[in-house]
Amino acid sequence: MKLIAAMSGGVDSAVAAARAHEAGHDVTGVHLALSMNPQKYRSGARGCCTIEDSHDARRAADVIGIPFYIWDMAEDFHKDVVENFLSEYSAGRTPNPCLRCNEKIKFAAVLDRAIGLGFDGVVTGHYAQLRESSDGKLMYRAVDPAKDQSYVLAVLNKDQLAKSFFPLGDTKKDDVRVEAKKRGLYVANKPDSHDICFVPSGDNAGWLREKLGSETGPIVDESGAKVGEHKGAYTYTVGQRRGLGLSVPTATGEPRYVLKIEPKSNTVVVGVKSDLAVKKIVGEKPIWCGPIPKEDTKFTGFAQVRAHGAPLPCTYWQSGSQIQVELNEPLFGLATGQGLVIYDGDRVVGSATVCATE
Amino acid sequence: MTIYLDHAATTPINIAALDAFNEQIKKIGNASSVHNQGRAVRKDVEDARHKISELVGAMPSEIIFTASGTEANNLAIKGFFWQSGKRLLVTSAFEHHAVLDPIEWLKENQGAEVIYIPVKHDGFIDLDFLKDVVAKRREEIAVISIMHSNNELGSIQPIAEVVQIAGAIPVHTDAVQSFGKVPFNFEELGVSAATLSAHKIGGPLGVAALVLKHGIDLAPLLHGGGQEREIRSGTINAPGIVAFAKAAEVAIATRERNFKAIRELRDQLITGLKQVVPDVIINSPADPALPGVVNISIPGTESDALLLLLDSEGVSASAGSACSAGVPRPSHVLIAMGIAEELADASLRISIGASNTSEEIKKVISLMPSVVERARNAFAVGKLS
Repeated sequence: MKLIAAMSGGVDSAVAAARAHEAGHDVTGVHLALSMNPQKYRSGARGCCTIEDSHDARRAADVIGIPFYIWDMAEDFHKDVVENFLSEYSAGRTPNPCLRCNEKIKFAAVLDRAIGLGFDGVVTGHYAQLRESSDGKLMYRAVDPAKDQSYVLAVLNKDQLAKSFFPLGDTKKDDVRVEAKKRGLYVANKPDSHDICFVPSGDNAGWLREKLGSETGPIVDESGAKVGEHKGAYTYTVGQRRGLGLSVPTATGEPRYVLKIEPKSNTVVVGVKSDLAVKKIVGEKPIWCGPIPKEDTKFTGFAQVRAHGAPLPCTYWQSGSQIQVELNEPLFGLATGQGLVIYDGDRVVGSATVCATE
Repeated sequence: MTIYLDHAATTPINIAALDAFNEQIKKIGNASSVHNQGRAVRKDVEDARHKISELVGAMPSEIIFTASGTEANNLAIKGFFWQSGKRLLVTSAFEHHAVLDPIEWLKENQGAEVIYIPVKHDGFIDLDFLKDVVAKRREEIAVISIMHSNNELGSIQPIAEVVQIAGAIPVHTDAVQSFGKVPFNFEELGVSAATLSAHKIGGPLGVAALVLKHGIDLAPLLHGGGQEREIRSGTINAPGIVAFAKAAEVAIATRERNFKAIRELRDQLITGLKQVVPDVIINSPADPALPGVVNISIPGTESDALLLLLDSEGVSASAGSACSAGVPRPSHVLIAMGIAEELADASLRISIGASNTSEEIKKVISLMPSVVERARNAFAVGKLS
């Protein structure tokens, strides 16, 4: 097959490209330039947007022996990921930009361009497993639980999965590093990236304050009584306990947590831990990574609401254009905007965006 | 099968030049040493200097060897700026980055003022604008730097007229694309400085020259042994210089024949392209122009897609330039000509050399319909998302 290998300049995508090439595919390496000013987003070597990263990706492609190009996706990335991230925060939600990037950039803009150019699909260094089935390709968690990225890939629909290739899903990260070294890929020891790549310092709160303003406002309890003052509502997240600086303690002395952010009134609502408990989750805009579950039929499975969060045993069903989830045990602290991913054992059923909780 | 159509970027080494290089590099001796080995190498270097000076129409002492065309351009621009004490620099909007960037640097860091001569839609500079600038600011101008031929378009600029308009103001011209390909005579042209480069004419990489009029002193970029007229320091690159002279000799000896042959290939390419891609836009002027540079825009495509697809078919071409991270940028040359950004983004530079054949051009033309179709598919999905 003719495949585009998305190469970030890191070890995973380099080994993924090498494996696809070795498997006999006609592989072309592509580095995505995601910033209009490559120095702007990240100055270290951790992210995906620096000059060093593009050079590292090029060098890896040369060592593997595949052609290499840089695709300028800065405009799409800014519009679909960065601006969306900011507008979600301004609406009081907590988005996951990596989900969004996979949905809109890596497996949409890049995949579509690749298909238009005559390629058959896209290879990435993501850790997830794809298995053929009578229902097409299905996605499962990676063998390495610490690196499993099925959560951020759960935005891929059947058609996108059909054209996606994740050669690393069956391998542990440590083994990928060993393999990179054996293959002569200089990126073998490059540190993993963790933070949001377009936040230069890794300081999300500071970056949000800078972009969205940091107007002070009231922190109120559930009765609406003012208990403190915040330094910009956008930089608080649901479930946050530290750094609230509340002047009025609760009657019982219980610690308080952020329950809600109300951007319109620039208010942060706090309450005690039990107020944070969530038993029911509603997700909107579902994406199914395989067969669509029968409507209004309850299934048991697992819900995951953070990239490296625990899988929570639950009952789920789809009704209308929503996914409904009933958790077996309550979850403390869940913000709207977060990604809800449903698993059947290790298989990814689908995903949705959290729009309501109870 | 690969078809190399990027001769304006660099061109294959000439075998006679390679042989000269290999012979010279075996010889021991620093050309600046007084002993017999040093003297022998010095003689080879000076023979080469003499040869190049004859070929370019200059005196041997007017040839200052450098390590690249970029260095020679920097030396001329910064040198005239620092030496003259004047702060106004005049250039065109579509110079190579090796001219634009040192000028921009002087503006940002050394208080230079810059006037960019606009480029007309036909690919030539606006002489009336230059006349006006010179008439109003004559005494303030440190140097006028206008390229002899544009590397992306191939258009040959009216440098003789520029010199006439400039009068006593020094004129520098970046002639790396012209020397060896079209008539170029330093003395007849009357410029104060000109940049030449070896690897554009079949010489090795890493050697170039600034031809600098006798009697002009420039502030150096590199300080050290003062090997080149006290203006450029660094151990003399004897093998590179000797091979440069040989390449220049061959280029000039074959210039007229090559010009004719390459022109025929260019015309074959343009005619063929118009047949298979009827809406192709030819950005390069027909004349006066370099023999083999063809700049085109294909509406509804993107340069990087065209390059990728051609590369996958074994055809090497180029487009615009890339930033330091390799991100493709729309060509500043085409933008300066007033070409719309979406067409500048959809451009391709095909540069033909003496090693190309009519069969190769035929092959490229036959590949174009499928390349353009795929590039258009990719472009269409990009616009939908």
